[in-house]
Amino acid sequence: MRPENYQAKSHPPSNEYELFIGPNHPGIEGNYAFKLRLHGDTVIEGKADAGYLHRGFEKLMEGRLWIQNIALVPRICVPDPVPMEVAYSLAVEELCGLEVPERAQWIRVMQLELSRLASHLFTFGGHAATTGMYTPSYWGVADRDLILDLFEELSGGRVYHIFNIPGGIRRDIPEGFLERVSSTLDYIESRLPDYDNLLFTNQVFVTRAKDVGILNQEQALEWGVTGPNLRATGLTFDVRRDDPYLVYDQLEFEVAIESAGDAWARAMVRRKELLESIKIIRQVLARLPDIQGPVRAPIPNPLAWNVPAGEAYARVESSKGELAYYVVSNGGDKPYRVHVRGPSSMHAVQVLEWLSVGARIEDVAQIMFSLDACPPEVDR
Amino acid sequence: MADISYKDKGSILNPLKNLQFFGRKPVTEPLGPRPASKNYRGFHLNDWDACIGCGTCQKVCDNAAISMVRVPNAIEDPVKGIRPLRPAIDYGRCCWCALCVDVCPTAAISLSREYVHVCTEDQIDSYFMLPDASGMHGKPFAEGWAKTETTDLIDLERQEMPEMAPESRSDNFDEIVAGYDDQQALLEASRCVQCGMCHDACPTHMDAPEYIRAIWEGRAEDAVRWMYQSNPFSHVCGRVCTHRCETACSIGSRGTPIAIRWLKRYAMDKIDHEQVKAIAAEGKVDYLTGKRVAIIGAGPAGLTAAYDLVKKGHQVEVFEGLDKAGGMTRFGIPEYRMPYDKLDQDVDVITSLGVKIHYNCRIGQDRSMDELQNKFDAVVLAIGLQKGRSTRIPGSDHAQVRAAVDLLRMITLGEKFEIPKSAVVIGGGNVAMDIARSMARLQRQEYGEVRMTVTALEPRDQFLADPEEVKEALEEGVVILDSRGPQACTLDEEGRLNGLCTWRVLSIFDENHRFSPSYDDTDEQIHEGEIVIEAIGQMADIGLLGEDLTEALEWNRGRLQVDENGRTSEAWLWSAGDCVNGPDVVHAVADGHRVAASIDAYLGSQESVEAGA
Repeated sequence: MRPENYQAKSHPPSNEYELFIGPNHPGIEGNYAFKLRLHGDTVIEGKADAGYLHRGFEKLMEGRLWIQNIALVPRICVPDPVPMEVAYSLAVEELCGLEVPERAQWIRVMQLELSRLASHLFTFGGHAATTGMYTPSYWGVADRDLILDLFEELSGGRVYHIFNIPGGIRRDIPEGFLERVSSTLDYIESRLPDYDNLLFTNQVFVTRAKDVGILNQEQALEWGVTGPNLRATGLTFDVRRDDPYLVYDQLEFEVAIESAGDAWARAMVRRKELLESIKIIRQVLARLPDIQGPVRAPIPNPLAWNVPAGEAYARVESSKGELAYYVVSNGGDKPYRVHVRGPSSMHAVQVLEWLSVGARIEDVAQIMFSLDACPPEVDR
Repeated sequence: MADISYKDKGSILNPLKNLQFFGRKPVTEPLGPRPASKNYRGFHLNDWDACIGCGTCQKVCDNAAISMVRVPNAIEDPVKGIRPLRPAIDYGRCCWCALCVDVCPTAAISLSREYVHVCTEDQIDSYFMLPDASGMHGKPFAEGWAKTETTDLIDLERQEMPEMAPESRSDNFDEIVAGYDDQQALLEASRCVQCGMCHDACPTHMDAPEYIRAIWEGRAEDAVRWMYQSNPFSHVCGRVCTHRCETACSIGSRGTPIAIRWLKRYAMDKIDHEQVKAIAAEGKVDYLTGKRVAIIGAGPAGLTAAYDLVKKGHQVEVFEGLDKAGGMTRFGIPEYRMPYDKLDQDVDVITSLGVKIHYNCRIGQDRSMDELQNKFDAVVLAIGLQKGRSTRIPGSDHAQVRAAVDLLRMITLGEKFEIPKSAVVIGGGNVAMDIARSMARLQRQEYGEVRMTVTALEPRDQFLADPEEVKEALEEGVVILDSRGPQACTLDEEGRLNGLCTWRVLSIFDENHRFSPSYDDTDEQIHEGEIVIEAIGQMADIGLLGEDLTEALEWNRGRLQVDENGRTSEAWLWSAGDCVNGPDVVHAVADGHRVAASIDAYLGSQESVEAGA
């Protein structure tokens, strides 16, 4: 006899099927998986399946000295590591009351914007690849490499710079660095018309990306969407302008927006930000030679550094959106708790799941790339 | 911001734009090694000659990628602070953050510009590397990320110690050094990297890393607890120790070492005396063994042995010839360096545990060695070096030629003597500075001016005295002449001493490194002085032993022969302190522990039925 509470397992209708994308899928940014339930070519339900990059960053940070965490944080977002370092440093500096020397602040801005350039170049290439166009991804990666060369020269590391530490930066810029930054910027700026021809005004791309994955402003605000994804819905919100940190209040730049809220709009916001970042870095290059002095405030011996008890919340505008570190100290030599409020966990989970419903199967990867999420940060 | 037009569908000729790419340089990277940038963070380099094996790199490594490995043929020298350990790096864990480079106290470690590592299957374990100055695999790597002055994460500058100015200190015996306040002590303690070189170098192996850490954490009481594990003379050693810990300190390899001595003093001054007594009593057994130990001499060595033995349950009696305990730390070191009240506290802690001190009791006069041998189970000879050596130059037997140790003792005891208007000191060590500075103070009090001359055999850069002592003596108006060899005391017509004649020293040692000074007799000077003070070393006063015992014991160049535990050739007699090791307070403390351990092993520390009952 069947028990009273027995319920027959419900099977999906026979015209529905499940599909698994990832975790090592060329259409997925990083190691991330997505489960789809489809009816024909149309997605009925999307389910994010994170955890393939889970290392427990937040927990790991509780077991490490304040200074040791600077080697850990860039790993939370590989393509755009500088905002991680800077946000963590800003939070610790707030707790310690450390005054960062002005020169270090300007150099941090330069790094942040270079990192944004590198990240956007990486992303639009990936976005194009999901629509079947591979040349932009080669170009994007090749040009991003030039920025990595600059980072290598500045910090000794191409991808994990580990260069910003609480108190400032680890060392001053090398000789002649500003000229090389300037010439790289000139080159990237000269490439922008090529990118436009190849991708942004290319009808193949426009037709594929227009009206795909439309996010409206109201929904975006409700879900805590930030960064280019929010600005693509027509809202001019940017932490750099609306809650300036470092020396952003002394810089002139425009907040790029689009109003359509679709995949194309998100790509266009990033395209416009390429130019804005170049403009910002040029202002830094002009000002930096006049700002001399140390690049790091004196900090205690890293092995005996107790950060005063308290909590701090520091946010920056990363290439993916608003990134914040919430750091709690109980007065010890290690953080009591660190929380990373990153943009990707919203974008890659709730937003992606919602936007994929009703989309066609070939657009799912494109929606994901257009949201520019960073899987390790979802998994942090 | 100009909008980018996407509505323009373009012309049919648009593909022709691509022709321009025939004229552009391709972005293709050529195959072949790509040189890394100047600052590159590649595989490690380590200058083995500069590396001292302190292990700070291992401590800061956030992935635990560094292990300290003992390497053959490397120098091991705890006194200089060098361990035969070098960092080996597990490249399966390393993340090339270069924190090891930025904290290295010696700047030995750096990163190279090499980033390629290829191995065959049988070398698969070669992820674990021991880099040297040329990288690994014997292939020289170019230097990449290295330490510069501005990238140092170690604080090389010591917290300055507040001191009395020369003008306010030179006519009194007030303590010169003020001691750290809470904030300074915390900042100074925070500089420590916990390498433990100090522990290895210290004769009594004080747990300096632990007590420095405790001070940094604001637990001065725990710091005192750590100190009493190995040193019951922590007030004394916090002030006048020869601080070999600081000589070995790894921070000192490029900067000023941690002020370990001043930190010890800070913790001792911070904690209430009654609390110190309670801490010192921790671990004392609650029974008596019924064994009795006699200790001759209430100096650091004797009282340290007494402290250890009484904690083990033995009955200890100390025999002191003078009316106060402390030995040379009281009667040899002037009060401006070692205030008597602090010394009294150290002694009080020890007597509070049940050590009985018989003052004004000279062995050989008031009691005999035979009596001690019969009444006690073990006897410790800790008599120090009380007799001043003489130069034996012509006139040195004159009544106005005095030994420095005798004068220092008289000053401490408050005995009246006629203060000379001018005096000459022979010697260049700390005792010479002590007597010169003490006499200078007395002269200033009595006559308002200082006329003290110190003549030393050594050139200034080879002085045996601490550089600080020399500097402060000069500030207080003492004239210090180097490379002067004493030849004769000069007398006036009435036979009164009126000065010292010296020649310039050409060399002190002969070609066999034997002491044999040679002089330039054409460079003769007469230094005016009503008295001449000899401060050229001390020797033990062994008259108390008596003829039979002196005959029975074994001797080594005028010093008592002892084994590695401080035991003499007589089974019941041990010897410790300056009379065995030469003058040094912390060595005396270490010696006291050593003989106490040996005596305790000999006597056995079981509870005695009779004594317990």
